[in-house]
Amino acid sequence: MEKDLNQNSPRIRKLRDNGYPPNTPTSRMNNNNQRDNHPNSPRDYNHTPSSPTARLRWRNRSNEIPTEVKRGNASNVRNLLLGDKNKYRSMWIRTCSSLWMLGGVFFIIYMGHLYIWAMVVGIQIFMAKELFFLLRRAHEERRLPGFRLLNWHFFFTAMLFVYGRILQQQLVNTVSSDRFIYKLVSGLIKYQMVICYFLYIAGFMWFILTLKKKMYKYQFGQYAWTHMILIVVFTQSSFTVANIFEGIFWFLLPAALIAMNDVAAYFFGFYFGKTPLIKLSPKKTWEGFIGASVATTISAFLFANVLGQFQWLTCPRKDLSTGWLHCDPGPLFRPEYYPLPTWIASFSPWKEISILPVQWHAFSLGLFASVIAPFGGFFASGFKRAFKIKDFGDSIPGHGGFTDRMDCQMVMAIFAYIYIQSFIVHQDYSVEMILDHISRSLGHEEQKMLYAKLGDILRHKLQGGF
Amino acid sequence: MHKENTGDAPSAHTPRVRHHRKRNTDVVAGAGKPNGSHLLVNDSSKYKSFLIRAYSTVWMIGGFALIVYLGHLYITAMVVVIQIFMARELFNLLRKTHEDKQLPGFRLLNWHFFFTAMLFVYGRILSQRLVNTVTPDKVLYRLVTSLIKYHMAICYSLYISGFVWFILTLKKKMYKYQFSQYAWTHMILIVVFTQSSFTVANIFEGIFWLFLLPASLIVINDIFAYICGFFFGRTPLIKLSPKKTWEGFIGASITTMISAFLLANIMGRFLWLTCPREDLSTGWLHCDPGPLFKQETHALPGWISNWLPWKEISVLPVQWHALCLGLFASIIAPFGGFFASGFKRAFKVKDFGDSIPGHGGITDRMDCQMVMAVFAYIYHQSFVVPQSLSVDKLLNQIITNLTLEEQQALFTKLGQMLQEKVIGS
Repeated sequence: MEKDLNQNSPRIRKLRDNGYPPNTPTSRMNNNNQRDNHPNSPRDYNHTPSSPTARLRWRNRSNEIPTEVKRGNASNVRNLLLGDKNKYRSMWIRTCSSLWMLGGVFFIIYMGHLYIWAMVVGIQIFMAKELFFLLRRAHEERRLPGFRLLNWHFFFTAMLFVYGRILQQQLVNTVSSDRFIYKLVSGLIKYQMVICYFLYIAGFMWFILTLKKKMYKYQFGQYAWTHMILIVVFTQSSFTVANIFEGIFWFLLPAALIAMNDVAAYFFGFYFGKTPLIKLSPKKTWEGFIGASVATTISAFLFANVLGQFQWLTCPRKDLSTGWLHCDPGPLFRPEYYPLPTWIASFSPWKEISILPVQWHAFSLGLFASVIAPFGGFFASGFKRAFKIKDFGDSIPGHGGFTDRMDCQMVMAIFAYIYIQSFIVHQDYSVEMILDHISRSLGHEEQKMLYAKLGDILRHKLQGGF
Repeated sequence: MHKENTGDAPSAHTPRVRHHRKRNTDVVAGAGKPNGSHLLVNDSSKYKSFLIRAYSTVWMIGGFALIVYLGHLYITAMVVVIQIFMARELFNLLRKTHEDKQLPGFRLLNWHFFFTAMLFVYGRILSQRLVNTVTPDKVLYRLVTSLIKYHMAICYSLYISGFVWFILTLKKKMYKYQFSQYAWTHMILIVVFTQSSFTVANIFEGIFWLFLLPASLIVINDIFAYICGFFFGRTPLIKLSPKKTWEGFIGASITTMISAFLLANIMGRFLWLTCPREDLSTGWLHCDPGPLFKQETHALPGWISNWLPWKEISVLPVQWHALCLGLFASIIAPFGGFFASGFKRAFKVKDFGDSIPGHGGITDRMDCQMVMAVFAYIYHQSFVVPQSLSVDKLLNQIITNLTLEEQQALFTKLGQMLQEKVIGS
């Protein structure tokens, strides 16, 4: 397998850590490996002639090595020249794959909500595959056939549960036209929780029945690991999907802010970086952090203005169709005009600026994206360091695996969802809107039921509590 | 219990036998060993441990009955206390004192997450009842409704601050330990809070449902499995728990289902147990229990009625639901016990704790209850409460987002709308 020639692949690294020699022709004892500069794990001290450089290579997920310059070792002069070439080449690879990813994302956004959802699901599957693979140990796996299937069983159950809950309203709205399918779908939705629960219990029982003597600890560890992965992956993706159907704007803006923050931190660190930020990621600097924060908040303000003008992005999607959307975007996206103060107005040709109220919300999103979201990246770095992994995977050239790209996005997606649910969605409620909602989405019987229940509650309240 | 037995054992291989034992303190298996001097020693300790176990069981059941009598709020308080003890046991379980000394304040992080989870879970479940309780007073009402509205944001900020705190306290060379503890904390909180949140949700739907019926069924299943296994036990059930037998399992299943049927009949007659609690008060409850608890009389078939003096039996419809609960309690719920046994064996732990004499820790008692509580809640939501989700969701939105005046306005307008529809159609 050509993948195993890469000394960096997690599989080879794990094999080495477990004491099994990898059967690759490239000698891993060669310290001056020209292909890339991270060949050895710190444990191989008998094989490294110059151990300080081996420890230095314990780097974050970037492939660059500018700090090599500080060491006075003679062999480093040669490494420096190679390092330069490697640095530019890796930056080129990284830029190429970034552009491809960006292009792909734009295309999918153009296609619509359903395709974005499909993309999120695809990313989820890849992330879960990377993470499931990460802490498996090949030796134990051979003795437990069918154990991997259990992971995917739980994955499928979680998928059914999460998307069933989030998309049930949209699903019902899509199939209202046809009577038979409507009954089928509403029946499925009603018993969704039971179905998912029984699937989970089936997996639980299967797990217990396959417990093997002397493998208990490994199996329980894998079980816990599976649960943690599924929680991490599905929490953020479920919130992402909920945001998407609220309006692509709420998906695009946070994601763009994270990407912007990453890129800006890189450039600010590149040109001004001096004081290191945190021990976990030695290449991050305070200058990069602060510069990126300022850049991100400003660009949040501007992005929101640009993105908020497209109805395709701001309208919520009430069903699972794929056609064009027309709606009244609500007060958040109507421009308000503020006259500029006179000293600015004398400079620029504009007399007043139009601000969408949503831009103030975008400020908070930008602030969070620059200050808190990087902690997702620190968490992932610390995790990789704790378990002695270089990258979560190697699907994306130059970037590592999917999880490496998504670690900050995850923190941001959850925050965006909670922010939207707490501060944005609920601002529009009024008696007329709810009445309208009732008459639109409930049947006559259900309306009567609602009426009766509301009457009970109000009567109870008016009579006084204690 | 186990500790004193291992101290008495002179021979070398009996400790391994005892180590692989489940939480039952009997040493019947020890009698099979060739060393004869065990038998007499074991007899007296067997009866002594049996007595201790029975004694603590009686106390637990008595305390439990008292709390049920006192009411919903006290049961919730009891569940919260049990949770705190379980969490403490489990937090302590995989801590390593050596590493902990180098990480001051790390334990505090666990309790921070515990507090956040408690706020989140109970805020969601009890928000409706909380709102109903504080209506009379205006200021408090506004405070409570705004707390509920921003509840998710508050809990999230608490969680994120814990997350940031965790990252800032990562210490070189302790990464792996800290990450494992972090994951372990999350798993504990999920396990403990899922089941207790479902338990509390069920309590407020009616003490009968969650609480009493499923919990009693699990207890009955345990006791009868022990008794049936004691008298008839021969073929072992599963390698994880060598003392469980197929005879005990099947006997307990049948007994549990029969007693589910009968218990539901007895408990269903008390309004205190069957009425849902709409607010957080503690007074007596009066309500219309609904069609589930109204007796239906079925005429007995001829050949039975020739024997017995009764011509017909009265069955509450809820008893059929109780049969399903009994079936689940006897077949699936023991897997919770197997899981706990496997876990203890995997991590070489004897008991989760030693709070209850004769039984081990609280987690040992609650392992099957946890599986049962989740099932009871889901069963109740799906098959017993025939409500459509959109009505509930809308009702929730109405209650949390509109003021009392607006709700009344909505109510009158909705009434007008419905009347127009009826007249118009």
